[in-house]
Formats: sequence, structure tokens, C-alpha cells
Amino acid sequence: MLEIKNLHVQLEEEDKQILKGVNLTVDAGKVHAIMGPNGSGKSTLSYVLSGKDGYEVTDGSVSLDGQDILDMEPEERAAAGIFLAFQYPVEIPGVGNMTFLRTAVNAQRKARGEDEMSATEFLKVIRAKAAELKIDADMLKRPVNVGFSGGEKKRNEILQMAMLEPKMCILDETDSGLDVDAMKLVADGVNALRSEGRGFLVITHYQRLLDHIKPDVVHIMADGKIVKTGGPELALEVENNGYADILAEVA
Amino acid sequence: MALPQIKQDATDARLAALDLPKGGWSDPARQDALARVKAMGLPNARDEYWKYTKPDTLVQPDAPEAATFHTDETPVFEGVDRLKIVFVDGVFDAEASDDLAMEHVAIDRLSIAPDIHWAKDIYGVLEARGQVPVHRPLAALNTAFATDGLLIHVTGKAPKPISLIYRHAAKASDAVLHHVVKVDAGAELTILENGPAAARFNKCMEIDIADGGKLHHVRAQGRDHQRRAATAMFTRLGTESVFKSFTLTANGVLTRNEMVVELTGDDAIAHVAGCCVGDGDFHHDDTVFITHDALNCESRQVFKKVLRNGATGVFQGKILVKEGAQKTDGYQISQSLLLDDDSQFLAKPELEIYADDVICSHGSTSGAIDEEGLFYLRSRGIEEGPATDLLTIAFLAEAVMEIEDEGLQEEINWRVEAWLSRRRG
Repeated sequence: MLEIKNLHVQLEEEDKQILKGVNLTVDAGKVHAIMGPNGSGKSTLSYVLSGKDGYEVTDGSVSLDGQDILDMEPEERAAAGIFLAFQYPVEIPGVGNMTFLRTAVNAQRKARGEDEMSATEFLKVIRAKAAELKIDADMLKRPVNVGFSGGEKKRNEILQMAMLEPKMCILDETDSGLDVDAMKLVADGVNALRSEGRGFLVITHYQRLLDHIKPDVVHIMADGKIVKTGGPELALEVENNGYADILAEVA
Repeated sequence: MALPQIKQDATDARLAALDLPKGGWSDPARQDALARVKAMGLPNARDEYWKYTKPDTLVQPDAPEAATFHTDETPVFEGVDRLKIVFVDGVFDAEASDDLAMEHVAIDRLSIAPDIHWAKDIYGVLEARGQVPVHRPLAALNTAFATDGLLIHVTGKAPKPISLIYRHAAKASDAVLHHVVKVDAGAELTILENGPAAARFNKCMEIDIADGGKLHHVRAQGRDHQRRAATAMFTRLGTESVFKSFTLTANGVLTRNEMVVELTGDDAIAHVAGCCVGDGDFHHDDTVFITHDALNCESRQVFKKVLRNGATGVFQGKILVKEGAQKTDGYQISQSLLLDDDSQFLAKPELEIYADDVICSHGSTSGAIDEEGLFYLRSRGIEEGPATDLLTIAFLAEAVMEIEDEGLQEEINWRVEAWLSRRRG
């Protein structure tokens, strides 16, 4: 579904290479995890996939279901099925969470040539999905992420994911800043979305999230490349021995 | 002291074009105001408080022409249950207005009111107090020459808002209105204002709020592109009283809104806020002066300006804390969102504090659309245009939230959204 080939990326502002030839294929229905030390390029990869400004692709390609996405605007990628759960969700005062979500859902539907969701239908769907994530009516009404705790922000990201029903979900350090209970809630939300037609790329620094979201494939990223790929046992190896051993082994 | 010749000439020319109305009970106040105008002279660009806003078109004898603005859009506040009072080019329109009667409120017209004793204590009085230390000659001119206006006496909790609707009909109309509002102890009223009023509008409102009284004011200034307006509000607050004012300005070639607030009773609260959205030939000036002269009072100034295509925003805001006004809590923020490189925001925040146990904070910023926020919204599938609009609404939110009534907040937000979406085409 998602195919990343030989992806080279540098910062636009300075001559600094961040990704140095990433190769990765995520098939539909699979959960891939990317782990790696700080500065290895994990977050950059998530930004480049979702279309953030400031990065220049110098080589390689990324396609979603065979369609090249690198020339697309972020909103076009979203409509095509890419979703990024942010490490630091942005606060938007004055714009109600519900209004924001309905605008997003309908913008994507419109872009895909589908009918917009009516207010009644939307309300019905969002209430059900919010309840599963323990997001109350007040959180839906409040301005987007304003005054939300760290856990609430992350749950709100998962709610957006649930409403937008993307094909390819990218989670950027979704576990950062979460306590165990909040992490479990978020993981349950993600697991509920696992399906045959949907792929996941879970970026994380620590193994603990992967106890709750069981990956099919684990990649270790270092210095802008994927240096090792394996099964869930690779995450445990990181947990037990740290990154140093693995990096030494592949160096 | 003699005025500079150029100022003398401009003032003489303006005064020569005006006739002092026969005001009955207000005559002494008008004479007094006229004398003050002559002594101060009308403003020009050399005056400290007019250095960012050219006053010449507000001062010149004839109003510059302004085309009227037509739209099919529902007028603002249409959904609000209110008492409507309509002025067309500054002339009261009885036909279009509701009866000037409401429970707990007495409403009279300045031009025909018999001797109203309470109004005499306010008319021109608060305006004159507001001339120190900064001259506001256009307000004095208004006191002298106002042709009409309302005298509103609030004796209890008003059942619904009074809505002043200002229509603009004639191309070169020049309207001068002066309202006086007296809120008795414990009484409460909401005043709404909307509409362009005239090609050129000089409006003054004096508000006296007694102990425990409350006045809410929400205004949406008319959208006629070429209209000009100089408005001034002078508010005096008694103990534990509350004054909250919000203004939305969309369009208008020139707007100068002056706000003079005097907190004279302990524990009083004054919040003044404003949003403006300007595109192209647009100049908007908020000039605010808040005086703390009592214990434990709170004041907030929250002004936000969205500017594009060469529009200009001005903010001059001052907090003066007098000796003995301990436990003052003063807050002032003025911010602009510049949607391109051609627009400008000029801000002059001032604090003058003579008490030693106070909190006063102020800030002023200018910036572009937040790139992080924009990416966040776009990554959810919202196109750049609508995403920019949402972030613009987010930028204005702090000011809009100063409106206490949520229904009125929505009225204002809806106007802003409509304005933004029209600009996206």
C-alpha cells in the first residue's frame, strides 16, 4: 500500500541530509513500527510523508496504492488516505473541535467526489466514536486541543483518525507524554481501527507502546536509514539492550 | 495660547460650516464644548495622538463621498430579540424603529427631549473629563453640534438589548449623534450598534454606571468601503459596576474608535475589546485610555487586527493607575495578523502607574499565519484557504470571547467567517 523507495531528504533551509535512502513497504492490514534513537530521522519521515513544508526530497519516491504522493499538497494526501497523528497536536482557539472535525471530514469527502456528511449523521457517528475513546461532549465542544491534557490531545488525534478513516495511519511518538492508563486508551483506539484495508506506521522511541499495539514488522532507523528489520522480537531486543548493540552490529 | 495658524484655519473652516443646534437644556453644555473646541483646535497630523491616523478627512468642512454598500446578507443581530432604533444618515427614523419604550428603561431623544435633569449631569460632562490629559477635539465638536441621539436611563434589569441601527443613504451624508446612558445602581442593559451610519459619522456616547450596574456593548461597524467614522465612548464606573464593550469593524476607509474609561468606584470591572478585518484601502485606529482611580479594579484591553492588501491598523492604548489605586489588575494586549507584506500595524502601548501594589501587563505583537497550525489543518484535509480562515478566527478568538453572551459571540464569529469566505472567492 505504502511504498517508500530510496528516499533522500534534506532540510530546505540548510544543506543538511536527514534521510539517506529509506526503503520501506507497508502492506494493507499490517502494522509496522519504526524505532530508533533521537535524531535518526523518524519524525522527519512522518512529516515528509504527510507533506510538511521545509523538506526537500532529493531522491527517491513515495507512493500510496501506486500513486505518487510527493507532489501532492498535504490536504490532497489526506484525501488520498494519509493520516498523521501528531507528536505535538496544535491548539486552535476559537474553533470548536466538532466544527473542525466536520470541516475536515467533509473537505476530504468533497475532494474524493463523495457526498458531504449531514450534521445529524456526523453527530451520530462522532458521539459513538468519542464514547469509545472516553471523550466527553465537553471535549467535543471545546476549541481544538485548547486546555486539553497531554492524554486528551492524543485521544483527540485518535478520534480524528477514527472519523477520517484513512488508509495509511502514521503515528508519530503517540506515546510521548502519556501515562500507562492513557497509553492503553490510545492503543485500544488504534487497535479498534486495525483492519484488512488499513496500514499503520507507528513511530516510537520506546517499546512499551508496542506492548499494546502489536506490530507485524519492526524497523530500526539510525542516521537516516533503516538499518535492521525484524519481527516484534526486535522491539524487545531494543528494550533489553538499548540501541547501541544493534547499531554496533550493523555498523 | 494661540493655535498654530494651520490648525486655526482648519478649525475656523469647520466651524463656519456648522450651525449650533438649539438644544434647550443642553445649550450650556454645547456652548462650553464649542469654547473647548476653539481653544483646543481640531486635530491635525502633528498631534501626538494623530500621528498614525490622518484626521484631515474627519475635520474638513464637507464629508467626502462614500458609496453605499449593498448585500443580500442577513444583517447582524437579526436573530436577536431586541428593541430596534434606526437612524438614517443620522436622522431618527420613527417608521423603522420600535416604540421607544421598554420595562426598566426610559428612552428619550436628544433633539426633542424636554428638560431631563439627569442628562444634564452627564451630557458633555464625561466628554469634558475625558479631555484630560489627552485632547479629543472631535468629541467636543460632537457635544456642541450633535443633531440627535438617545438619552437612555436604565433603572433595572432591561428585558432585552437596545439595538441602534445606523443606515447610510445619501452619498455625502455627515452625521453627528450623541448618546447618553445612565445605568442606575444594580441596573443592567445591553446596547447593540451596527451599520455604517453615514458617509462620515461622528458619534459620541457618554455612559455613567452607578454602583453594581452593568452595561454590555456589542458593536459591528458598517461595511461600506468608503465610509469614515470617528467614535468616542466615555464611561465612568461606580463601585462593583461592570462595563464590557466589543467592536467588530469590517471595511471602512477610515475608522477611529476612542474609548475613555474611568474606574472611580472600588471593585469595578471594565473590559474593552475589538476585532477588525481590513482588506486594501482600510485604516482602523483604536485609541483607548483607561484610568484606575479606585481600589481593586480590573481592566482588560484586547484588540486584534487582521490586515491584508495594504490595510493599516493602529492601536494606542493606555492604562493610567492613579496614586492610591492599589490592587489594580490591568491587562492590555494588541495583536495583528498580517496576511501579506503590504499591510502594517502601528501600536503604542502606554502604562503610567502611581500606585505600588498593582498588576499591569501589556503586550503587542505582529505576525503571520502560524505555519504549524496551517500544516495541522491541511494534514486533516482542509484546503489552505479555509484552513487560513480557521486560523484567522482562532487569532481573533481571545477578543470575541470578551463578549459575555454566547449568542452574540456567534453573531460576530459568523460575520467574520462570511467576510473571510467572500475574500476567498
